Amino acid sequence: MDPNSQMSPGQPAGMFTATGRGPRLLSGGGRRATVVSTISTIVVLAILVLIFLLAPGARSVEHFFFNPTDMWRSFIGNPGQGYYSVGAAIWLNIRMFLVAEVLILLLALLIALIRQSTGPALFPIRILATGYVDFFRGVPLILVLFALGLGVPALSLPFVSNQPDAVYGVAALVLSYSAYVSEVYRAGLNSVHQSQVSAARSLGLSQGTALRYVVLPQAVRNIIPPLLNDFISLQKDTALVGTLGVIEANKAAGIFSETVFNFSSFTVAAILFLILTIPLARFTDRLIERDRQRRLALGAQ
Amino acid sequence: MTGLVRGDAISEAIRIDDLHKSFGTNEVLSGINLAVDSHEVICLIGASGSGKSTLLRCINLLEPINSGRIALFGQDITGPLIDANLVRRQIGIVFQSFNLFPHMNVLRNVTLAPTKVLRTPAAQAEEEARALLDRFGLIDKADDYPDRLSGGQQQRVAIVRALAMRPQIMLLDEVTSALDPELVAEVLDVITELASGGMTMLIATHEMGFARDIAKRVCFLEEGKIIEDAPPAELFTNPKDDRTRRFLRRIVEAKRL
Repeated sequence: MDPNSQMSPGQPAGMFTATGRGPRLLSGGGRRATVVSTISTIVVLAILVLIFLLAPGARSVEHFFFNPTDMWRSFIGNPGQGYYSVGAAIWLNIRMFLVAEVLILLLALLIALIRQSTGPALFPIRILATGYVDFFRGVPLILVLFALGLGVPALSLPFVSNQPDAVYGVAALVLSYSAYVSEVYRAGLNSVHQSQVSAARSLGLSQGTALRYVVLPQAVRNIIPPLLNDFISLQKDTALVGTLGVIEANKAAGIFSETVFNFSSFTVAAILFLILTIPLARFTDRLIERDRQRRLALGAQ
Repeated sequence: MTGLVRGDAISEAIRIDDLHKSFGTNEVLSGINLAVDSHEVICLIGASGSGKSTLLRCINLLEPINSGRIALFGQDITGPLIDANLVRRQIGIVFQSFNLFPHMNVLRNVTLAPTKVLRTPAAQAEEEARALLDRFGLIDKADDYPDRLSGGQQQRVAIVRALAMRPQIMLLDEVTSALDPELVAEVLDVITELASGGMTMLIATHEMGFARDIAKRVCFLEEGKIIEDAPPAELFTNPKDDRTRRFLRRIVEAKRL
């Protein structure tokens, strides 16, 4: 198909999907569709901005939440005046997220494998793993944070009780999220057909080797979108670690607002979190779309 | 190694004595007795559910048995101390639904087991895999993923994948049943070539014409028992048992023979 035919004006939208995009946020369909969607986006945004500007309290909200001067001051920070840089503090969120993500991927896989095991000897560990998942999915993350951040130091154990608060924060994130992510893994492991295991074992592969080379790669491929979804959520939840007194972006914004009596610092924190999460969200969309195309291509055979 | 006897020293490749297998309360195999000599090709025929597939899966230790004994080259493989992985190295099995690994290309499908189980160096495993693929007309598919292949090609790759482990025995479980009719011949040709090369094979099949041509003996199964075990010329033209006769009549009526 001539790719230029896509661009001819008046082409009915969606008739040719040679771009391989299919129905998406902005469905492909030539220049006219692009113009229409651009205009409607501008109109919708304009209406939203207008409602905001016409609201009786618009001036004061603008001053307290969207004040460029205070946004800049909180972004840069000034320890001499008693507040920290939100821009620098987000770096701690990023580090906590990265460390937590790696640990969650490992711990959750371990839990999922234990729960999927069948051997009678493993029964007690299986019960433990099930209890773990039930417990940490049921208890709010913020309570886990308090329990670890306040409880573990109070135990006065050597080493374990002398860690920085961020460590307890990451531990709480790992404990809580691993319970969720292990269920995602389990769904992935179940999505690989038993005949794949038969095929691998019939070739003489041990259970471990079959898992490592045949089952896991397929399972992980199937669960990348939900995994990424959980990690988008994890990126934001690093902000909860601030409740332990750790100066991460949200906490730094809070200190600024208490010192200067202006909430623009929270807007800065929100923007920084968006900058972190949106690329991951778009990446997830792309993977889901690619997966959909792959399935379509297979179905067409 | 547990000292499994390899090679042709014992001419009896498989010996099955009074094999019973149940799924829950449903007895699928009720007293199978069967001996397969080295280089012998035996076809198992019978309606779906007669136990052909289960029998093959039991021989490969993919299904635990309830009672009875299976011996491989004279050695019992049903004991509790048997390493199933060692047994499976000697027995290749090919399934109706191919079961290729979809996330690996053809070459990797074939080299996975030799490199991970036999610890064959990667370069050598690849060389051997390419030689096998070449022999079965698949060399130009070596870098393709299974979803790019036709059913017939996938099934041939599955056979090559099993052969790469240099098995002494091949079990084929209705390997053409999932194929479009025009793709059946290419797979049967591969099996015929294996037979002429002296491979010991136990073949569950619905292709009666093929069974008649290739098998030294044909076993008719019904309700988990071998009803009749005879050379194809005898079983197909002059069946002794009524049940065999009834089954064959249905096959003829369905124009499958």
